Amino acid sequence: MNPASTLPESPVLPPRDYQVYSGDDLATNVLEVAMGPQHPSTHGVFRMDVSLDGETVVKLKPVFGYLHRNHEKIAENVTYLSSMPYTDRLDYFCSMTNNWAYAMTVEKLTGIAVPERAEYIRVIMAELTRLQNHASLVGFFVNDLGASGTPLLYAMREREHILDLFEWASGARMMCNYFRFGGCRNDLPPGWLQQCRKVVDAFPAFMDEFEKLLTENEIIISRTQKVGILPRPLAINAGITGPMLRASGVDYDIRKVDNYGIYNRFNFRVPLGEVGDCYDRFMLRLLEMHESVSILKQALDSIPEGPVIGDVKARNFRPKVGEAYGRIEAPKGELGFFLVSDGSPKPYRYRVRPPSLINLTVLEDMCLGHKIADAVIILGSVDIVLGEVDR
Amino acid sequence: MILNTLLDNPDQILVNLFHQGAALLQACPALVIALGILLSTVPLVAIFPACFAITTWLERKGLARIQNRIGPNRAGWFGLLQPMADGIKMLLKEDIVPQTSDRLAHFLAPVLLLIPAFTVLSVLPFSRNMIPAAADTGVILFFALGSISTLPVFMAGWSSHNKYSLLGGMRAIAQMVSYEIPLVLSTVTVVMLTGSLNTVKIVEFQQVTHWIEGSNPALQILGQVLKWNVFTPWGFTGFLIFFISSLAEINRCPFDLPEADSEIVAGHLTEYSGFKYALFFMGEYVSAFAISGLAVTLFLGGWSGPNIRPWWSEDPRALLIPGFVWFFLKMFALILIMIWIRGTLPRLRVDHLMAFAWKFLMPLALINIFIAGAYYYLPHWIGWPAGLIVIYACYEGLGRINRRHLGPKRIYRYA
Amino acid sequence: MLGKGIINGLTVTAWNFFGSYFSKSRLTTVQYPEGGNTVTAFSRNIPFLVFDDANAPIDSLRCVACKICEKECPPQCIYIVQDKDANGKLIKSPKIFDIDISVCMGCQICVEVCPFESIKMDSHFELAGRDRFADLLLHREQLAKSNDYYHKIHPAEAREVDDRLAAKQKKAGPA
Repeated sequence: MNPASTLPESPVLPPRDYQVYSGDDLATNVLEVAMGPQHPSTHGVFRMDVSLDGETVVKLKPVFGYLHRNHEKIAENVTYLSSMPYTDRLDYFCSMTNNWAYAMTVEKLTGIAVPERAEYIRVIMAELTRLQNHASLVGFFVNDLGASGTPLLYAMREREHILDLFEWASGARMMCNYFRFGGCRNDLPPGWLQQCRKVVDAFPAFMDEFEKLLTENEIIISRTQKVGILPRPLAINAGITGPMLRASGVDYDIRKVDNYGIYNRFNFRVPLGEVGDCYDRFMLRLLEMHESVSILKQALDSIPEGPVIGDVKARNFRPKVGEAYGRIEAPKGELGFFLVSDGSPKPYRYRVRPPSLINLTVLEDMCLGHKIADAVIILGSVDIVLGEVDR
Repeated sequence: MILNTLLDNPDQILVNLFHQGAALLQACPALVIALGILLSTVPLVAIFPACFAITTWLERKGLARIQNRIGPNRAGWFGLLQPMADGIKMLLKEDIVPQTSDRLAHFLAPVLLLIPAFTVLSVLPFSRNMIPAAADTGVILFFALGSISTLPVFMAGWSSHNKYSLLGGMRAIAQMVSYEIPLVLSTVTVVMLTGSLNTVKIVEFQQVTHWIEGSNPALQILGQVLKWNVFTPWGFTGFLIFFISSLAEINRCPFDLPEADSEIVAGHLTEYSGFKYALFFMGEYVSAFAISGLAVTLFLGGWSGPNIRPWWSEDPRALLIPGFVWFFLKMFALILIMIWIRGTLPRLRVDHLMAFAWKFLMPLALINIFIAGAYYYLPHWIGWPAGLIVIYACYEGLGRINRRHLGPKRIYRYA
Repeated sequence: MLGKGIINGLTVTAWNFFGSYFSKSRLTTVQYPEGGNTVTAFSRNIPFLVFDDANAPIDSLRCVACKICEKECPPQCIYIVQDKDANGKLIKSPKIFDIDISVCMGCQICVEVCPFESIKMDSHFELAGRDRFADLLLHREQLAKSNDYYHKIHPAEAREVDDRLAAKQKKAGPA
C-alpha cells in the first residue's frame, strides 16, 4: 500500500516570486536556504534565512526568539534579589559578569557601598569568566571551521579548572548566583586564593600551546582573513561593543572608559585590531586572555581582608523611586541593565541590554558577498549566546 | 609440510602453498588456475575488511587521545569490539530510500565505490612474488581503476533527488578530479627513474640487490632501506604531493568538505542510511588503504624493511621477517598520519581547495619532474643538494605567489 | 616557511597524544559511574529540610512554616501548608512541604532568607525517577534529613549554623 495515497490533499500554494539575476546572460533563481534552528555548529537555537545566488549570499535575515523565556517580565513579578538567579541564565557562559552588572545597577539605584574585598573578588571572578568565555569561544570558532573538536576540547579542559574554582566559591559551576547587592554572597573558602593562583599561573602555558596550534595555521588564516569585514563607521553606528568593536579598531573598553569597580587600580592594555575581519576578532580574544591573566595576577597579589558584603537589608528591600542604568564590559560586549523603581519591592521596569543581540544586527552587512560556508564562520566570530539574545 | 614451509622461508608462505597445491592438482590445470586465483583474492578480501574494522577503532581511539579523552572502552577490552558493535548497528538500521530517487543508481552507488577500491589492491606487491596481478603497466592500471571511484560519488549525489546532495556531489567530483593531476604527476618521477610501470620492478629499484644478497647483516639491513625513493629530493617532494593529493582523493580531512556539513547536511551521503552508509565508509577506507599501499610501493620501498636473511635458509633472497609485515606496518603508519592530520587541521573551503590543487600542487609536481630528470643526469653529490635547494625555492616562491592576496602578517597594537 | 603553522599544530597534537598516556592533566576524562559522581563540600543541588532528632524526624524539623521561602523562591517551586493541632489552632510546623525539583533551579535564595536555619542545600544529584511528575515532586518526608547528614555534606557551613543556633539559644535562654 502506498502511504502517499492516504495523505490528505496538500494545499496549492501560489508560485514564489523569485528575483531573476541576469548578470552573466544566464537567468538564475535565488536559492533560499533556512539554516534552521538546529545547527551542526553550535551557538544555540538560531535561524538564518539566507538567500543565495549560486554560492554567494545576497540576503540574510537572522530569526531568533526560540529561547525567549520572559526574563524581563518575570523580573517585574519577583523581588530584586530573586531576579539575581535569573540573570545567571542570560549569558549562561558568563554568569558571574551578568550578576555583577545587575548588582551594580541596583547599587547605583540605591547608593549601597561595596567593601574593598568584595570589589577585588568581583574583579577576580569577572576576569576568570572572561578567560573561560574567550577560551571556549575560540574553541567553538575553530570547531565551526571543521577542526573535529580538538582545540575545543583543549579549551574545555582548561575551562574545567575555572569552573571548579567557581563551584568551590559559590556552590555551582555555571549558575553561580554569587553576587549580591553590596558585595558577594559569602566569603571565599580558605585555600581558594592559592588554588586560583595555581590556575592562573598554569594558564600562560596552555595559551602558548593553544596559540601554537592555531595562530599561524595556514588553513585558518586563509579561511578567516578578509572574511566578514566590519568597517569602523558601521560598527560605531550600529552600537557594536566588546571585542567585535575593538577588532575594527575602535578604542572603547568600558573597563577603561567607566572605570567601574576598581579597574583603575590595575595595569592592563587594550588590544586593537586593524581590519575587523574574523581573524582579527579571533586573535583579539586570544590577546585579551593574556591581559586578563595579568589583571588576575595583580588582583590576587593585592586582595585585602575584610567583609564581603556591605550594610544592606536582605528582605523587604525597597529602593527609592528612580531609575538607573549600569553597564559592564562583559566578555561579549557591553552588558547593561536599566531599572526603574517605583518604591515597591519589585521593579517597575527591568530591561537588559544584551550585547549579543546588538552585535547580531550587523550580521547581514558582514555576510553579504561571501560564500555560505563563510556565513557560519562569521556567525561564530560574532560570539552570540542565545540565552542573551532572546532572554 | 606447511610447517616446513613456514620455518624455511616465512616470507613466501602463500607462494609455497600455491606451488604445493599445484603439484597436488597437476592433473587438472583449470583447478590449478582456480587455486591461484583463490590464493590471491581470498586473503585480500578477508584481510582488508578486517583492517577497515581495526582502522575505525584506531581512528576513534587516536582522535580521542589527541583530544585528551579515552575513546571507546566499554565494548570489549579497550573497546576492540566496538567495530563489531557498529557493524551490527548498521545492519539493523532501517534502509530508507527516498521515493523520488533513481532507485538503480541509488542502490549501485555504494557497490560501485567498493569495486574499484578492492580491484586496485591487485597491482600492489605485498611481498616478493606475492602480487595478485602482476601487470606490466601496474601504476597506470591503478590510476585508471581508481578514477572510476569518482563516478559513484556523483551517482549518490544525483540519485538522491535532493538539491543539497547534488551540490555536495558536484563539489566532490570537482575535488576528486582536480587532485588526480598532482597525484599522477608526482608518480611520473618514480616511473621515469625506474624506467618501468611495473610495481614489482619499482620495488626492486628501491633495494640495493648486491648488498641484500651478500653476507654482511648490517649491509643487508641498510640495503633494504637506504635506496627508498623518499630519501631523494624529488622522491620526498613527490611523496608529499602524493600524500596530500591522496587525502583529497579519499575525501579525508582537511579535504572532507563533501561529507561534512556542506550546506549543513552530509552532502552526497545524505539519503543513505544503515548498511549502505557503512559500505560508503568501507569504500572510503579501503581506498585509503589502496592509495597508502601505492604510496608505500612507489616511495617507501614497498615490502622492504630492515631485514636480515635467516641463517638456516639457502635461498639468497629469503627474509627473516616477512615482507608483507613491513608493507602493512608502513601502510598503517600512513593511516596513522592521516588520523593525526584529521585531529589537527580544520577544513579547507572549496575554492581554496581548487586553488591549492591547480595553482600550487600542479606547478610543484611539474617542477619536480624536471628536478628528477636533472638528478638522473647529474652526479649524486651535485644532484642531491641542488635538487633540494631548487625544490625548496620553488615551494617558497609558489607559496608566496599564492598568498599575495592575504596581505602582510598582522601586528596588533594596544590602545 | 610555508606550512610552519600546520607543522606547529601537528606537534602540539602529537605532544598531547603521547602526553595522554603519561600525565593525568592530559587525560582529563573521568568515567561515570566509576568516578565523577562525587561532589565537593560546596556543591548545591536542591534544598532539604533539617531535623535535629533522629528519633522524631518530622516532629523535630526546624521549619516553622513561616512561608518566607515560598514567597521569595524565584520560580515558585515550594508549596507549604501549615499544620493545625488537635483543636484546629495553627502550630509552628508544616503539614505539607512540597518542592517540585523539576522547577527548582538550585539558586539557594530560600536558604538565604530562612530565619530559622531550617532549609539548606543538598548536594545529592542522582535523583532520576521513572515517573515524570510523581518522582520529581518531593514531599516533606523525602526532604527531611538529619543535622548529622548536613554535617557530612557541608561540614564548615554546618558548624557555623550550629554556632549561630547555640548563640541564639543562649541569648534566648536566660531571658
